[in-house]
Amino acid sequence: MQLVRLIILAVTLIVLAIIASRAKLVPGKAQSIVEILIEFVNNSIIQNTLGLREGKRFAPMLITMFFFIFAMNLGGVIPGLNLAGTSVIGMPLLLALWTFVTYVVFGVKKHGLGGYLKHETMPPGVPKPIYILLVPIEFLQVILIRWASLTIRLLANMVAGHIMMVVFIGMTQALLFSGSALIALAPFSGALAIGIYGFEIFVAALQAFIFTMLTAVYIQMATSDEH
Amino acid sequence: MIQAEESVPGWRLLVPQPQEIVWTLIFLVIFALVFMKFILPRLNAVLEERAEKIEGGLKKAEEVQHQADQLKADQEQALAEARQEASAIRDRARQDGARIIEEAKAQAGSENERLLTAGRQQLNAERTSAAAQLRGEVGTLASDLASKIVGESLSDDERSRRVIDRFLDDLESSPTATR
Repeated sequence: MQLVRLIILAVTLIVLAIIASRAKLVPGKAQSIVEILIEFVNNSIIQNTLGLREGKRFAPMLITMFFFIFAMNLGGVIPGLNLAGTSVIGMPLLLALWTFVTYVVFGVKKHGLGGYLKHETMPPGVPKPIYILLVPIEFLQVILIRWASLTIRLLANMVAGHIMMVVFIGMTQALLFSGSALIALAPFSGALAIGIYGFEIFVAALQAFIFTMLTAVYIQMATSDEH
Repeated sequence: MIQAEESVPGWRLLVPQPQEIVWTLIFLVIFALVFMKFILPRLNAVLEERAEKIEGGLKKAEEVQHQADQLKADQEQALAEARQEASAIRDRARQDGARIIEEAKAQAGSENERLLTAGRQQLNAERTSAAAQLRGEVGTLASDLASKIVGESLSDDERSRRVIDRFLDDLESSPTATR
């Protein structure tokens, strides 16, 4: 597991470093792809949720997060690795805690501790008695549910993807060597396995996007002026 | 993987092992450091530089366009001025022409008048001198004739002149008879 992560980490960093050190004004193909990803995170995640000014502050963290998760997720579809770096709980958990610490720290820095808790747990425009119900829920959400859901969403997606691939590829092989009429089903199963493989690439990008997006949203909620 | 998941209970999936957390943390920190300190600034710099270049190019294009517009306007203005000047010159030339013709006409008229007057004067002078000459000659002729007829000399100048004058006065007073 750690070896897989180390390989992904090393390869990603080396490739990106080479691209970055060769970065030119007129981009080559590889540089274009990286730039498209950065611009994508910049425009569709950061500026949509945090806005231009706030976005500048958190852009490095969010872009790093996106690239890290994306690279680790892609580990699941790379032959020879076949294991997403994020499919064991440690990594999603740490990433989610990073998010948690970031939004709490910046929220407290902006509103003060009490002010931050009030800001997050007591949305204005709600009848007073509802607060009895609302405050514990919101509080629980801020300190637990947000990062826990981030963790589990990413972990479950990657694990599920991994299991699906294992199941379909295993099934294809089992059918192919079953020695009976079931061999006829093997191509369908194989096609499905390839389809799942493609789907996993999509999921890898999607989960990286969702994770980063939610992080941005949580930071925005914590540091916004008023609801 | 299949074997591993079968050998451990399912809840282990959600409980991280300490060494895994440590390793993950190390990886995450390495990645974040390298990415934030080297890769991202480098790429961002390139992106910004490109954005600036494009912006600068656009601005320059706008400037050039502006210059071109101004040049065109200048040119048009110059053309209009030239046209106006040309028409003014033409007008002036036409006026000059008209004036010259007028002057020439006036000059010719006055010259004509002058020639006519001079001719008339000369004619008058000639007529006067001719008349004077004629009078002298006629006088002599008449006195000669008369002396021949009378046989007597009219050498007495005083008398003869009186006679001639009288004769001539008679002559002039009845011009129809003499002509």
